[in-house]
Amino acid sequence: MMRMLVRGGVAALLLGIVSSGSASAQLQLNGAGATFPYPMYSKWFNQYIQVDPDVRFNYQSIGSGGGIKQITEQTVDFGASDGPMTDEQLRAAPGRILHFPTVMGAVVITYNAEGLKTGLKLTPEAIAGIFLGKITKWNDPALAAANPGVTLPPRDIVVVHRSDGSGTSYIFTDFLSKVSREWSNKVGKGTSVSWPAGLGGKGNEGVTGLVKQTPFSLGYVELIYAQSNGLPFADVKNKSGSFVTPSLDSVTAAAAALANTMPDDFRVSITDAPGPGAYPISGMTWLLVYEKQRDAAKGKKLVRFLEWMMHEGQKEAPALHYAPLPAEVVAKEAVALRAVTGPDGTALASR
Amino acid sequence: MGSAHPIEPPIGTKMESQSLDAPWMATVTNARRPTSRRPNMGDRIFRVLTTGLALTLLAVVGSVVAVLCYESADAIRTFGSAFVTTSKWDPVAREFGALPFIYGTLVSSLLALAQAVPLSIGTALFLSELAPSWVRAPVSFLVELLATIPSVVYGLWGIFVLVPWMRSYIGPALQGTLGFLPPFAGTNYGVGMLTASMILAIMIVPYITSVAHEVFQAVPSAQREAALALGATRWEMIRLAVLPYGRTGVIGAIMLGLGRAIGETMAVTMVIGNRADMSLSLFAPASTMASIIANEFTEATYDLYVQALVEIGLVLLIVTVVVNVLARLLVWRIAAPAAGGVR
Repeated sequence: MMRMLVRGGVAALLLGIVSSGSASAQLQLNGAGATFPYPMYSKWFNQYIQVDPDVRFNYQSIGSGGGIKQITEQTVDFGASDGPMTDEQLRAAPGRILHFPTVMGAVVITYNAEGLKTGLKLTPEAIAGIFLGKITKWNDPALAAANPGVTLPPRDIVVVHRSDGSGTSYIFTDFLSKVSREWSNKVGKGTSVSWPAGLGGKGNEGVTGLVKQTPFSLGYVELIYAQSNGLPFADVKNKSGSFVTPSLDSVTAAAAALANTMPDDFRVSITDAPGPGAYPISGMTWLLVYEKQRDAAKGKKLVRFLEWMMHEGQKEAPALHYAPLPAEVVAKEAVALRAVTGPDGTALASR
Repeated sequence: MGSAHPIEPPIGTKMESQSLDAPWMATVTNARRPTSRRPNMGDRIFRVLTTGLALTLLAVVGSVVAVLCYESADAIRTFGSAFVTTSKWDPVAREFGALPFIYGTLVSSLLALAQAVPLSIGTALFLSELAPSWVRAPVSFLVELLATIPSVVYGLWGIFVLVPWMRSYIGPALQGTLGFLPPFAGTNYGVGMLTASMILAIMIVPYITSVAHEVFQAVPSAQREAALALGATRWEMIRLAVLPYGRTGVIGAIMLGLGRAIGETMAVTMVIGNRADMSLSLFAPASTMASIIANEFTEATYDLYVQALVEIGLVLLIVTVVVNVLARLLVWRIAAPAAGGVR
């Protein structure tokens, strides 16, 4: 009897070892980069366990700069960035890196001025003028002309911008560089720029806090921060001449308007998009993946995840206030994904 | 540990017997004896261990300096001395001049000291000379409690309390009375150099106060009694006996506070307004070395940019060292005549 018990115990132990052995065959995919899409990514990574229980994701939201650096140094399996990699950065990588758009977001102009509700109309010229420090009063003719019937206060505008480097600033300055030659010559676009005017707040929450507290201030934040803080935000005139309210739909419309002209590597900004319903200060965020995967097993799992992300995963985006990719972009992305191969050159895509 | 026991009594007895004529000689000769004659395992291990720990600390400092130099080598080569003498910080144009941040760090820290020193010395004097004992314990406990509050909490308090006060009360009052002076002119946003220095002042008060309190307590009662016996009032007693005796210690306390102010990052970033400008106005937004690193490091997208930020770290370290060396020199200069004057 005793012997049987011992034998059973040994067998159970062995079984335990075997099963833990198969559990360690579980793959861990490491990623690092952008902070803007982090809530979306962490939800996807959690949900994806139900699709494929053998994959675990470890994503560090260390910032786009860090994501680009780590994917270039191959210390992670995928990177993430709110701004596309430059040609110079791509050349520095040991292999060809592909960009895959994941979700999109809107950067809104939010303000705190007595008597002004949501829906103030701003032209791109007015926004550039304000952030260049040239338009300093709320009742400047440039603002008054676009807002007939609205009483604008005769007060100074307190400009608020991000003090930390961020994808939000990249999208916003990219927009300003497109609509204002003066901005592009003097300031340019980047995750951090040399701001000609205003106060700096750290993070979206820092800018939101400053705008909320400072009378007659105006700043830019991601849409969700203005909404959840009850701050008003402006309609912005787009390339086609219509004033568009920022929303998930108008962001998706901006990407859809550009889908046909989008380059195959997706390194494109969707700011200042044409089309009547396109919100002009929209931005994409990308996952960065090597075209030739070094590890066949990991590469395969990664590609499967990307397929799931661009199809099923997109449905989760609106709940977290991200704009889903338009169908045209998804179709184009599915084609691009077929180029990803294992170390032996075989394609890894399944659909 | 058993072997340590028989050695102990001889040391004690010898010391007592010799202590009358030359106490320091006794300690020196006795301290050497056990290690030279009868090597003690426990002592040896203790010695190796502590030496090792001390060297570890040196190695950490050395590696920090080495990494800062190595990681900023390209930036140092590219910008040379212009890095600390120019004031344009433009990551897009790849131009990096750190002068506004050096200015911001020094001005905000010195302003903080100007506010914190009177407050701290006053509190410390009150605690050691005037306060009844039932007040002393709770107040000094509360002061020390201030030191344990995380800096991000100070930052939040700054945003929600100090910044609105600054905008609505303190700022307008200062501008109404002193607005003709350049430091108090200019637009008052609530956030800015003065607000940051006030947060810093509150953060360093507990350090200066508790060290100064210890220093004043260490003043021998004989000093105080002598002054009082000569007919000094309480204030004269403090001025003639307590303050001169504690002068070096107080300067040390102030330097401790200054070191903390120079390196503070989070709370400052939250209320300083983050602008790479050098303005005479104390209401203007500014930026410090620590805050620019905290702000831009994560999204620094190219190598030279990261290198420039690391070089700011190096400059910050150098500024801290220079300030500390100056403080030491100051202590030496002051300590010499003070010692002669008191005795």
